[in-house]
Amino acid sequence: MSAVAPATPPAFPTFPPEHYLNAEQGIKSWLLTTDHKRIGLLYLISVTLFFFLGGLFAVLIRLELLTPQGDLVQAETYNKLFSMHGIVMVWFFLVPVIPTVLGNFLIPMMVGARDVAFPRLNLASWYIFNFAGLLMLWTVLTGGVDTGWTFYTPFSSIYSNTHVVTAALAVFIAGFSSILTGLNFIVTVHFMRAPGLTWFRLPLFIWSNYANSLIMVLATPVLAITLLLVALERLLHIGVFDPQYGGDPVLFQHLFWFYSHPAVYIMVLPAMGVVSELIATYARKPVFGYTFVAFASVAIAVLGFLVWGHHMFVTTQSLYSAMIFSFLSYAVAVPSAIKVFNWTATLYKGSVVYTSPMLYAFGFIGLFTIGGLTGLFVAALGVDVHVTDTYFVIAHFHYIMVGGTVMAYLGGIHYWWPKISGRMYPEGWAKLAALIIFIGFNLTFFPQFILGYLGMPRRYYTYPDEFQVLNVLSTAGASILGVGYILPMFYLAWSMRYGPVADANPWPSTGLEWRTTSPPPPHNFETTPVVTWDAYDFSSLEPPLGANQLDTNDHRGGSLENEKR
Amino acid sequence: MSSHFQLFPERASTVAGHVDALFAFLTGVSVFFTLLIFGLIIFFAVKYRRRSPDEVGTPTTSVALETAWTVIPFGIMLVMFVWGASLYFTLYRVPAGAMEIQVVGKQWMWKFQHLGGQREINELHVPTGRAVKLVMASQDVIHSFYVPAFRVKADVIPGTYRTIWFEATRPGTYHLFCAEYCGLQHAGMIGRVVVMEPQQYQAWLDGSSAAGGAETSPVAAGHKLFLDLGCHTCHRLDQQGIGPMLTNLFGKEIQLQNGQTVMADEDYIRESIVDPLAKVAAGFQPLMPSFQDRVDEEQLMQLITYIKSLGTQQAQAVTALPPQGGAKASGLAEAWQGATTTMPAPPQRRETQP
Repeated sequence: MSAVAPATPPAFPTFPPEHYLNAEQGIKSWLLTTDHKRIGLLYLISVTLFFFLGGLFAVLIRLELLTPQGDLVQAETYNKLFSMHGIVMVWFFLVPVIPTVLGNFLIPMMVGARDVAFPRLNLASWYIFNFAGLLMLWTVLTGGVDTGWTFYTPFSSIYSNTHVVTAALAVFIAGFSSILTGLNFIVTVHFMRAPGLTWFRLPLFIWSNYANSLIMVLATPVLAITLLLVALERLLHIGVFDPQYGGDPVLFQHLFWFYSHPAVYIMVLPAMGVVSELIATYARKPVFGYTFVAFASVAIAVLGFLVWGHHMFVTTQSLYSAMIFSFLSYAVAVPSAIKVFNWTATLYKGSVVYTSPMLYAFGFIGLFTIGGLTGLFVAALGVDVHVTDTYFVIAHFHYIMVGGTVMAYLGGIHYWWPKISGRMYPEGWAKLAALIIFIGFNLTFFPQFILGYLGMPRRYYTYPDEFQVLNVLSTAGASILGVGYILPMFYLAWSMRYGPVADANPWPSTGLEWRTTSPPPPHNFETTPVVTWDAYDFSSLEPPLGANQLDTNDHRGGSLENEKR
Repeated sequence: MSSHFQLFPERASTVAGHVDALFAFLTGVSVFFTLLIFGLIIFFAVKYRRRSPDEVGTPTTSVALETAWTVIPFGIMLVMFVWGASLYFTLYRVPAGAMEIQVVGKQWMWKFQHLGGQREINELHVPTGRAVKLVMASQDVIHSFYVPAFRVKADVIPGTYRTIWFEATRPGTYHLFCAEYCGLQHAGMIGRVVVMEPQQYQAWLDGSSAAGGAETSPVAAGHKLFLDLGCHTCHRLDQQGIGPMLTNLFGKEIQLQNGQTVMADEDYIRESIVDPLAKVAAGFQPLMPSFQDRVDEEQLMQLITYIKSLGTQQAQAVTALPPQGGAKASGLAEAWQGATTTMPAPPQRRETQP
């Protein structure tokens, strides 16, 4: 196993004598910690467990779909499998994963603070999350829920015979942990930035997590209210959604998507922040159009609240409101496009190195581009009528939420692994995993676009014979994807003990988190940093990188000639 | 419904080609931008690969480029938006003179009734070359009527009517799916749409009637219900009833008690039967009881079809009624207590809490 060679190898990197991992010992020191870095690791353990639980459901779904008949499981089990896959993956993995693991670990360090604004609230949010997760697990073990992750009424509120109330309660409670995390980040970014760290010197990871926190705080309560109403209708037969009592089933969809569409951006905005960091570091230059990328995050957060109606183009929504939602859906695509173009342009005249986190970042851009472009299909009213509720939509949102978010998350975990663990991971294995995931992902989900346009509806455990070839391809891809997701578990665990000790700034990068030891001390910095440089300014490093090149306007002149020669 | 492998769906309606054209445009744009992004990334990554360990990139920025890749994609998207919206209006605006078929979705089957009375379950026969309008209701949860070969889909939502239309172009047998998850046997709520040449379709209608597939027509069935439920005791033809006269009612603006007006369409009539006090017509007392638990969605549709027919046939059928009901006051009570005991039970709902 070879490890990444640090760019500027120090003599022999060694662990600092005291760091956040060894400052206190014992289980109690972890369960009662208020250190944002330790809480980030606690979250890492929780969300990883939920990822593999949700993944187990996905495996069973894909195996059942190998054949057109219902042979592995029957309707009842299948319906519970896709419901719990969705609920676990959305609320217990995708929504929390980047903010709570990477966000918790990094945001205070990136702004030069000792901790988040409310450290105890931070720990409380982890306990709330786990309590919700245990309730969800209890729901699964006692029989599960079969409403789909969307809980559509009146099926969920009247007709389903499964554990809707406990599942909804679990999601309801998990929402509070989201809100507390969002609140903590907003206050931290506003009030705890180091001297000199102005808004426009902040890393883009902070911008996107800030925008994301706003959505979490503003949208999550709507979900909570909606699920509460479903539970009340089930228990007390109040007529909010049930037409039998004068309710409106479509009202549920309005309320649900008012949260759940912004939730898509909750999942993808932090991922965009990670990718901006990776590209800047490994192209070794500032992100192209920093302010455009920063404001694109804010634009996505704002416009994301105005597009919920595009989930209801085939319901009883009026033709004119459908038109408005279609238009706004195209409008929200613009800031995403701006980001993709800016990341691409960042490579121009960069100094690009193909480390494994960079491969994940490339993978993210590729999959997010496909996911985003297919979003234009479902925003087009006339085409959405045909493809909505088919596998086309399944493929589209998996490209964004799994292809996008999980790629960025894994890229981020690798990139910051030396900071988190103090050791380097085996680079060869990491590259292999990135490659396997990219190939497996496309093989899993690309055939589903075709299946969707052919008309295969989602949430079917049996299907007509002519859809089988594409389903077999998809299942084959899923098995490759599964291997790709399991690999990092092993080599990252291995590296915690056997990986070479990492330098404080191995890549090197410009963020404040890299200007302290690896792993960092309990309170992050020996002295409060004072920031005098813009984000991604490589000449701010000590000693400055490429100092001998800065006297020429374009250091590329020489290398072009080298190429010709 | 071929069982061999395919990559592109069959095209069997007048709109299918239009949907595919927009799809092709979207695919073209997407392929172009995907290749552009992938190509640029690979090109830059190779050309600007790091050549020495302490090399740094040259900071670059360009407001002109930022403007270009904001404005140009948005312009292209506007084309998609306008094209998609105009297609959407075509898909959901029913042309005049469309042939009506009634559809009820329930867990887990599709029930159809042709205006001639022919009934079908999970199979729908339609002619080519004629616009067909489906008036759809759900007996229980949300379903979605979806025929991929026609590129049409519409959610069928309990408590309201949904119309959708298509004009089939190619004889054949096509998939019918329920596209909105509706519970245990959602995947079993499938059927076939059989498209036939007009002559064969007529022959099928006749044959189906002869074979007993057609019971009474929806109008006749609705008329019978109207009598059985005692509706005629209040909704009389001579303007002397305690309820509004229903002749020539359909499609008119109705003045309500609260001063508002409402269009007397299928949804209004349906609501007036299941929740009569919601919108009471001006000049009438809020006396009518709800018939929600007495009639199912199919019967509601038959009643509405009958009421619609009153607009055109001058209500001759009703004048021939036997004079049951007698005096207004006692007739009212009798009418809605008697005569309905044979009605089917309301749809099955969950009995127990988990």
